[in-house]
Amino acid sequence: MNNIADTIMIFLVLTNLALLGVSRLGTCIRIVALQGAVLGLLPLVSSGGHVEWHLYFFSAVVVGFKGMVFPWLLRRTLKEVKAQREIEPFIGYGTSIALGTAVFVLCMWLSSRLPLPKEPPSMLIVPVAFFTIMSGLFLIISRKKALTQVLGYLVMENGIYTFGAAIVERQPVLVELGILLDVFVAVFVMGIAMFHIHREFDHIDTDQLSRLRT
Amino acid sequence: MLYALLLIPATAAILSLLVRNDLVRRVILVAASIGHMGFTVAAWNRQAKPVMNGWLMLDKPGLLFLTITSILFLACSVYAYGYLAGQSASKRQDEEEGTFFSNAPEAIFCACLLAFLTTMTLVTVSQHLGLLWVAMEATTLASAPLIYFHRHHRSLEATWKYLLICSVGIALALLGNFFLVIAASSPDVTDKSMLVNTLIRQGSVLNAPWLKAAFLFFLVGYGTKMGLAPLHTWLPDAHSESPSVVSALLSGALLNCAFLGILRSSQVCLAAGLGPFCRELLVLFGMLSLGWAAIFLFKQPDYKRMLAYSSVEHVGIMALGVGVGAGATFGAMLHAVNHSLTKAMLFLVAGNILAVYKTKTTERVSGILTVMPVTGILWVAGFFAIVGMPPFGLFLSEFTIVKSMLEQGKVGIAVAFLSILALIFIGMSIAFFHMAQGRKKDDLPIHGNPDTAIAVLPPMALGILTLMLGLYIPPALDRLLHAVALAMGGN
Repeated sequence: MNNIADTIMIFLVLTNLALLGVSRLGTCIRIVALQGAVLGLLPLVSSGGHVEWHLYFFSAVVVGFKGMVFPWLLRRTLKEVKAQREIEPFIGYGTSIALGTAVFVLCMWLSSRLPLPKEPPSMLIVPVAFFTIMSGLFLIISRKKALTQVLGYLVMENGIYTFGAAIVERQPVLVELGILLDVFVAVFVMGIAMFHIHREFDHIDTDQLSRLRT
Repeated sequence: MLYALLLIPATAAILSLLVRNDLVRRVILVAASIGHMGFTVAAWNRQAKPVMNGWLMLDKPGLLFLTITSILFLACSVYAYGYLAGQSASKRQDEEEGTFFSNAPEAIFCACLLAFLTTMTLVTVSQHLGLLWVAMEATTLASAPLIYFHRHHRSLEATWKYLLICSVGIALALLGNFFLVIAASSPDVTDKSMLVNTLIRQGSVLNAPWLKAAFLFFLVGYGTKMGLAPLHTWLPDAHSESPSVVSALLSGALLNCAFLGILRSSQVCLAAGLGPFCRELLVLFGMLSLGWAAIFLFKQPDYKRMLAYSSVEHVGIMALGVGVGAGATFGAMLHAVNHSLTKAMLFLVAGNILAVYKTKTTERVSGILTVMPVTGILWVAGFFAIVGMPPFGLFLSEFTIVKSMLEQGKVGIAVAFLSILALIFIGMSIAFFHMAQGRKKDDLPIHGNPDTAIAVLPPMALGILTLMLGLYIPPALDRLLHAVALAMGGN
């Protein structure tokens, strides 16, 4: 079982690094979708062999939302706003990847100093979860397009979800579904807001949303 | 009873989406808020039964914040009735730049207002920290469309910042939630549920380092929503660009709900013996917010932004009060009540001024007292209330906090606190009196009908309540505030 969890974690690291280096919006959406779908399998792996039916159900819901519904919403927005397909970063792709690697090392060190009360299914989980959260935050602050900020938010949420799904004992299903619903509505509302930004400004570059100061 | 509190606004929200007639929809809005108020009053008289295995329960802190929310919403819904009637559906001219814009459909506005009330109610009655998180994020999502009621690019920018900054902030609070679960996962913990009371009962066996980390994330996450500096960056934009009814609710009710989230987590830390750790952090963030607000309040060219920064100041005072502890905790709770009433009143009055003068620039507004006497008097009274002059309630709560600081020998904090308040007093008085006194600028046309009853009565009612709380605190409220302060580790 541990091997599978390890593999998922390594996959997460690779998708994060890929996100930092990819220049096309469509590819980014696809990578985030893939990341989300694979993450949906995590609760099955980390439960340690004993899998109940509601876990299957929940896993399916997560894969459905993160792997299909969110990307569909985002791609629809992308089509509506006819955004330029380039990401336009504030920080270049090469530098982003280098920074990302450095942050990963930092996360490794950080998690070595945070002893868990209970052995996690994979020793990589804590550093990778932190790294995913950091990658998400980095995408939010270092990219121009509103759409990449939403993607960053999703990646960050994926990181937090990794943490929750792998280490934390099962939360009540109601809460898990509530969290998922909130994220869904957030992406939905942000999509609408993006549509309006496009209509108002003819672009979705957030660096030009800077009229309101002090 | 708890179901009724949640279902009344939720049903009304759905109804207002279905109803075609504007007038009927506005009546639904007011009726729902009256119904909500009714059940809140009933909750004062009779302890509401916990439902859903204790997930939803109205404890003392919840009741306090629910009452504030309910009162404000009632005042705001009455005000909204008049406000919406004055908003024509056709294109309108932008006050600031002269460009044209249209409003969002009224059905969506009403439905979101009611959904906002539902989610805030859910925040106050949630005992499960996971559910609390879900409700808190839902308040963000329900209120974002409200900020974008006037469809122009400034409100759009404000909405985007609000959505993104608050969502990211609240996501961090979710991480805090998970940390808390880890803190509670040691074998000594028998009951692993995330109910506040269960966690408090087992406080002594929680894992302290993880609990500390959890509190940090809660503070940063919910602190973003509450508007504690330096996490407040969305707040001035959102509060100044949204319609005044929404500003009043955001400032008076929503900030308090976020504060409740922080209080709940600090309750758990307190039970685990981490009280001093939490208190220091709260004092730090409180002082930072006060200082930050004082700087930006000076020479603030936009009067709605000025009110927004004043909110940053007051949430700072609340955090500071709870951080100082002992008697100041009671002061902080009283302050939360007073600030909500006063700030909502001021935002509604600011809405009246905006409707007549059609500008948010402080410089261009003068002579309110002659143009619209009742609004002018309310504006000046609101100023005296918000800077904490006697006999208004804010004086009493700020005085309680300072008194407790001195009693505990925290003279340094008290001196810093008072000097910042003095600075803010000067900064705000310049703007307020410039606007109230003098004569109207001749080139500025007067729009609409100043001082209509429906626009003046709701803020006046809120103002009278603040005044009353400065002179006399009803025994029932006094008991409730003491009980809440006790739960937060003060007295």
